[in-house]
Amino acid sequence: MPKLTVDGIEVEVPQGATVLQACEAAGKEIPRFCYHERLSIAGNCRMCLVEVKPGPPKPQASCALPAMDNQEVRTNSDMVKKAREGVMEFMLINHPLDCPICDQGGECDLQDQSVAYGRGGSRYDENKRAVTEKYMGPIIKTAMTRCIHCTRCVRFAEEVAGTEQIGAVGRGENMQITSYLEKAVSSELSGNVIDLCPVGALTSRPYAYEARPWELKKTLGIDVMDAVGTNIRFDSRGREVLRVLPRVNDDVNEEWAHDKSRYAVDGLMRRRLDRPYVRTNGKLVEATWAQAFEAIAAVNAGSSVAAVAGDLLDCETMFAARELLAMMGSSLIEGRQTGLKYDVSSLAAVNFNSTLNGIETADAILLVGTNPRWEAPLVNTRIRKAIKHGAKIYAIGAEIDLTYKVAWLGNDMSLLGKLPDGVAEVFKGAERPALIMGGGALGVEGAMGAALVLVDTFNMVRDTEDGAWNGFNVLHMAASRMGGLMLGWAQPGGIADLVAAKPRLLFALGADEVDFSQFEGSFKVFIGHHGDKGAAAADVILPSAAYSEKNGTYVNAEGRVQMSDKAVFAPGDAREDWSILRALSEVLGHKLPFDTFGECRAAMRASVPALGVEGLASFEWAPPVLDATASGPVGYPIKDFYLTNAIARASSTMQRCSAELLHGEPILEAAE
Amino acid sequence: MADAAHIPDEAETRARWGGFAFTAENLAKAQTYIARYPEGRQRSAVMPLLDLAQRQVGADTQTQGWLPVPVIEYVAAMLDMPFIRAYEVASFYTMYNLAPVGRFHVQVCGTTPCLLRGSDNVMAACANKGLVKGKTTPDGLFTLTEVECMGNCANAPMVQINDDNFEDLDYDSTTRILEALAAGESPKPGTQIPGRHTSEPEGGPTTLKAMVDANHDYRGEW
Repeated sequence: MPKLTVDGIEVEVPQGATVLQACEAAGKEIPRFCYHERLSIAGNCRMCLVEVKPGPPKPQASCALPAMDNQEVRTNSDMVKKAREGVMEFMLINHPLDCPICDQGGECDLQDQSVAYGRGGSRYDENKRAVTEKYMGPIIKTAMTRCIHCTRCVRFAEEVAGTEQIGAVGRGENMQITSYLEKAVSSELSGNVIDLCPVGALTSRPYAYEARPWELKKTLGIDVMDAVGTNIRFDSRGREVLRVLPRVNDDVNEEWAHDKSRYAVDGLMRRRLDRPYVRTNGKLVEATWAQAFEAIAAVNAGSSVAAVAGDLLDCETMFAARELLAMMGSSLIEGRQTGLKYDVSSLAAVNFNSTLNGIETADAILLVGTNPRWEAPLVNTRIRKAIKHGAKIYAIGAEIDLTYKVAWLGNDMSLLGKLPDGVAEVFKGAERPALIMGGGALGVEGAMGAALVLVDTFNMVRDTEDGAWNGFNVLHMAASRMGGLMLGWAQPGGIADLVAAKPRLLFALGADEVDFSQFEGSFKVFIGHHGDKGAAAADVILPSAAYSEKNGTYVNAEGRVQMSDKAVFAPGDAREDWSILRALSEVLGHKLPFDTFGECRAAMRASVPALGVEGLASFEWAPPVLDATASGPVGYPIKDFYLTNAIARASSTMQRCSAELLHGEPILEAAE
Repeated sequence: MADAAHIPDEAETRARWGGFAFTAENLAKAQTYIARYPEGRQRSAVMPLLDLAQRQVGADTQTQGWLPVPVIEYVAAMLDMPFIRAYEVASFYTMYNLAPVGRFHVQVCGTTPCLLRGSDNVMAACANKGLVKGKTTPDGLFTLTEVECMGNCANAPMVQINDDNFEDLDYDSTTRILEALAAGESPKPGTQIPGRHTSEPEGGPTTLKAMVDANHDYRGEW
């Protein structure tokens, strides 16, 4: 624990900390471009120069200098001030003065730091260098003349994303940051380099020239594109969400978000349901709310009613729907749209028990029928980190590129019962062994039982020196899944139970992945926000709010309860889901006992207290004993990462990503 | 970069070099290079391997060789490293040619010591022979590149042609060397001043003269 003084302030920092970190611990701001907490240290921008005694009589780059005992650091001396001005002046020599037309303007590190630490004027009147634009794909727009060669993007691609496609080509003045052969960067996390870029060299292509940061209203939200529950911020102007940025939450998403979280939001302005529709003579016809409600009431379903929840739902909606069905006398509610019917008698057995943060510390991981790269890209980065700490990764399933080396055991679920000797040996010897079951594996009969047997065999739930360890993980793909399960949205036989009951009235709450041909005889009411598969099959459409347009509670795959705020209003006649159900309940003669969102939320919390506490919900580890004979190949449910839900399918950015990155279609640029 | 070399079209290069593989002899050499580094650190061998590949391309094309993209990818794949990492190396060092060169790659040093000692005359001699910076002559013999310091400042001005250095040049000696090369002869590398061997002082020592004959003790003179 080195003790040192920074500008006379004594600080003690952990062994291995840098002088820069020590300065921050002392409350001193150190300007920097290349240094980033979550990336390796490069030390090439030289902006973080400080004066250090003992040491050579010249400024030192604090980001790359280990803090040591009895060091005296000065961050406010004349030498430091001059050094910073000099570095800044060099930086600006080849940086264009195009702030007025640069999208980074207003949130630019270079702009801010040149104001704070620069000279205030330029002495340079030679020519500036110019660099040709590089194509980096449908997400990243480049203006490489602005690049200051901090190499954050290069390090991110190598260390976090694991797709080594960005590099620095050439040397000296001719150095250029580029993707390999100027091809699109094929990473699900490519959008993060836009945030990392301290200047306007890498900016957002979909958001190009849309707005200035100070015009935007910032609302804190939770992402629903996968079950990670990425903490996001909606940046909206008027009624439109213009972009989504990740927030820092070390337990969930660190500070990353994948491209779907960021760029599917343009789908919120397309294919929206903005008024009720009623099917008349086989055609969906625009209607008023009253007409739509009458049509539903006319079904006279009695207690023959069922509901299916979609993947993007908040807990309040699911609670309101559950209550409505209960009052009508039915408990046929199901959230697993595609027919999964795994056992939910113990929520711990369907939870990501290691926690997203904890999986980093695992030293042996078995992936069972999961493609974390697509099912949860941010879990994939955690697994990459585990590998960096020395973890061994094995996988059962068809071989795919997960951006890291995996020992593929084969695509046969019977392997769960008879792991190869070498693998079993590793898991036996592991301190923190873990197993991750994906959505594909959940669909295989007996797979969960077999996995739970493995958990027993290798004692994956144990007490270690660093606290309790539970290595059994189920990686869900739907943002609504854990919340739905906590609210009881599951039938023993899955959706087949609903089909067998032949309900006269079926509520489809944003359910777009259901095979509605099974519900031939039911009167289908679709409550959702996008005109997608669910709406096409519906008899009545009630337009509702998307995740950016309502407050809501979400539970992520690890059972973390998080709240999202409403950023904008739903378009047209669309209403928030809970209020639709409340209004409908009155028409159906079973009035729900809440009149405001707050009352709805309070009632939900009274019913399921765990949903009222932000943070990890605790589930008691009491795994069910299940049939443990699994066999046969396992498939990955996600066929196209960019088009997994109604919002993404409506998004032109996601469509373009899908076409270009996954299907290899050439993208035609407009002639300039 | 107005004098940047023209890199051939990618499709064309892929068609020509897509099937590149080391010859048996070069493969054996490559294995010895790789074996010099510990297991798991095989990518440290990227530089000698790229050089080897460039020489093989040179042998195939009767030139000094260059590194087409598929060849770089072949080397990267052999070392199990991402293509971009190998490409970065190839683009960083000037000894790797990213564009085809002629049979003789004439690299004229234009850094300060050479400039002061008359590298302009060397350039003029080259220009007079039809060499243009960054271009290959139509007969495919010479490619002219201006490079930064080659570390031969004591023998400035100098030019590196293929693997040889030609030093202490002037307009005439440069012309003579180029003519000899064009004629298929192999002119003497090194200093071109008669009587000078390497980088010793021209016309005898100017300092420490007493040291020439014996081990002279200078301490008393300080």
